[in-house]
Amino acid sequence: MLKHLRPAFSLVILMTLVTGVAYPFAMTGVAKVAAPAKAEGSLIAKDGQIVGSTLIGQNFSSDRYFWPRPSATSPNPYDPTGSGGSNLGPTAAKLKDRVAGDVDKLKKTGVATPIPADAVTASGSGLDPDITPQNALMQVGRVAQARGLDVGKVADLVNAHVEKRLFGFIGEPHVNVLELNMALDALKS
Amino acid sequence: MTLIGWVQIGFLLALVLASIKPLGLYMAKVFSGEKTVLAPVLGPLETAIYKLSGINRDKEQGWLAYTLAMLAFSVAGFVVLYAIMRLQAYLPVNPQGFGAVPSDLAFNTSASFVTNTNWQNYSGEAVMSNFTQMAGLAVQNFLSAATGMALAIAVTRAFIRSKAETVGNFWVDTTRATLYVLLPLSIIVTIAFIFLGLPQTMDGSVTATTLEGAKQVITLGPVASQEAIKQLGTNGGGFYNANAAHPFENPNAIANYINIFAMLSISAAMVYMFGQMTGNRKQGWVLISAIAVLLIAGIGITYWAETAGNPILTSLGLDPSMGNMEGKEVRFGQAMSTLYTAVTTGLSDGGVNSMIGSYTGIGGLVPMFLIHLGEVLPGGVGSGLYGLIVFAVLSVFVAGLMVGRTPEFLGKKIESREMKFAMLAVLILPLVILAFSAISAMLPAAVAAIGTPGPHGLSEILYAFTSAAGNNGSAMAGLSGNTVWYNTTLGISMLLGRFAYVVPVMAIAGSLAAKQKIPSSKGTFPTDTPLFAGLLIGIILILGGLQFFPSLALGPIVEHFAMMAGQTF
Repeated sequence: MLKHLRPAFSLVILMTLVTGVAYPFAMTGVAKVAAPAKAEGSLIAKDGQIVGSTLIGQNFSSDRYFWPRPSATSPNPYDPTGSGGSNLGPTAAKLKDRVAGDVDKLKKTGVATPIPADAVTASGSGLDPDITPQNALMQVGRVAQARGLDVGKVADLVNAHVEKRLFGFIGEPHVNVLELNMALDALKS
Repeated sequence: MTLIGWVQIGFLLALVLASIKPLGLYMAKVFSGEKTVLAPVLGPLETAIYKLSGINRDKEQGWLAYTLAMLAFSVAGFVVLYAIMRLQAYLPVNPQGFGAVPSDLAFNTSASFVTNTNWQNYSGEAVMSNFTQMAGLAVQNFLSAATGMALAIAVTRAFIRSKAETVGNFWVDTTRATLYVLLPLSIIVTIAFIFLGLPQTMDGSVTATTLEGAKQVITLGPVASQEAIKQLGTNGGGFYNANAAHPFENPNAIANYINIFAMLSISAAMVYMFGQMTGNRKQGWVLISAIAVLLIAGIGITYWAETAGNPILTSLGLDPSMGNMEGKEVRFGQAMSTLYTAVTTGLSDGGVNSMIGSYTGIGGLVPMFLIHLGEVLPGGVGSGLYGLIVFAVLSVFVAGLMVGRTPEFLGKKIESREMKFAMLAVLILPLVILAFSAISAMLPAAVAAIGTPGPHGLSEILYAFTSAAGNNGSAMAGLSGNTVWYNTTLGISMLLGRFAYVVPVMAIAGSLAAKQKIPSSKGTFPTDTPLFAGLLIGIILILGGLQFFPSLALGPIVEHFAMMAGQTF
């Protein structure tokens, strides 16, 4: 075993240089040239200020905005420094109570059951940037009222933001909440 | 379940099927020592590495020397990784200024990455510097995978050679696996990932001001390059805590497709490579079809269970048509989430794009059971192939007993010495999993770590040791595993699951290599037939799975009935 230690350590160190230094730095160089905006996190700015990333969900609680899914990150929802889900099992009383609370909250905004499942369940990442089209359409009435907008106009905006399945079968239809809300802010009433 | 869901699953599996032959043939070339298309670029680098490390590429090793070299290499990897984590505060590329990783967590994480498990008791974005991620963790993503591949090649050679004393050179096999297979594929996948939106930067984080005026710290890093090797090496250790559920690791449906394709393709192709190198391609396809039957059954049951949903939640007024969405991402939905989960546990990847801890009783049982089967569907890169060969050897022996023929596999007689070692290897998994789970279930401090009480709590503990001993790395993460007890016992489980398994396997390889290769005769039980595939499936289910049934009955199965009855804990 001892005679194997010299090749073992030198191979680990040389491979660290190849796969742990040269490879990631070379790939970073390629990214800087090929897709700099994406490589830096797909950030979006408004009036010169970074408001978030198109890929990372953020919290909205005002009636004027479409709400994202519940987020299990702590201490604050949609905190990218501690991504993760609730990890509550299907028979957890905590899960049932949380969902029941969120269902009540939605019912108070005037929506009818059944409620789209994504609206009251926490995502795996806690950072899900998307909601289902059904969930977005469910919220149209509340948002339109809060902004004094025509319901049809807000519904059209939602429909325009639905991203369909690629080639008609890969992925699931979804609506990016941050992009939808930014479009909403840009809308002239 | 929907038709579109099944089309998505079927199309991805078809893509993997199409890649098996070209990739398998390429790897057969690499490990036969032949010149490949990449030789002009990588040849000089390869030669330089041998020279600097004092490796004589032409000197072959017997099974024992090969195994000792592998152990020495793993020790070296462990020491270097442990040192990097403990010293990261003094090392470069630490934009967030993270301090040293605590010693028990560093032990657990080193054991985890050296054994290709990638169990994560840490939250990457909160503990590990960019340097630790890329020069520590990601390096072991390459090297632990290459080690697995080398071992599988050594076992393969045992069936090619006749009356041989050697099984190859560990250093050469590992170096070639890294340079000619893992690195070039990683570069291709990384570039695809960069275009799909995965971050690739040395920066630490950016602070955004959200539309509602809150501060949001968005953590960045060299994610794309790490995600590529995480999948290709069936490691599964993500850059972020949420793993491939995190939108930066897996931003859209195409990235998800590439993630699953990358983790599945090399392992599946290695089975073909085994057929090619042993001169019986049909044998390779028979093994692949046995795997495919079990894997597709696993995918189907998980997909069904999760679309059926959780009646406790639907009774509150949820639309049941989306299934169980707790812990899942909207952009993936049920089909792409459950496919990922079945593949990651049929393999020994362990990355997740949805949280298995929030799966329904049956939906969570399947991934646990797939790991219990020994992760041979088609398993981790390399480790899957040698695990599968062990099961094939056992099947041949059982078939031999049933029909009264001499047990032979690919021209090698299977005798009592091989059987003893095969049983020794197969029994490691239940020993480690059941013993540690039983002890943990009785220790108050260990029970306190569970997230959801009741039968799910037992599932959480059982899953943790299953994942560790199986070198998988996925979790029912409600369990707070970052305690001294779990860091230590899970670390030991990972080391036993890898090394206590592979040493007897290498002993089998040594013993088979030394035997004379005999031509098949009328008395030989043919192993390249559908009959043998069926027998192999039976052996995998009985030997791999049956011993865990009682514990599964107490955990996920009780949970399923509680869920159907609307009972909460």
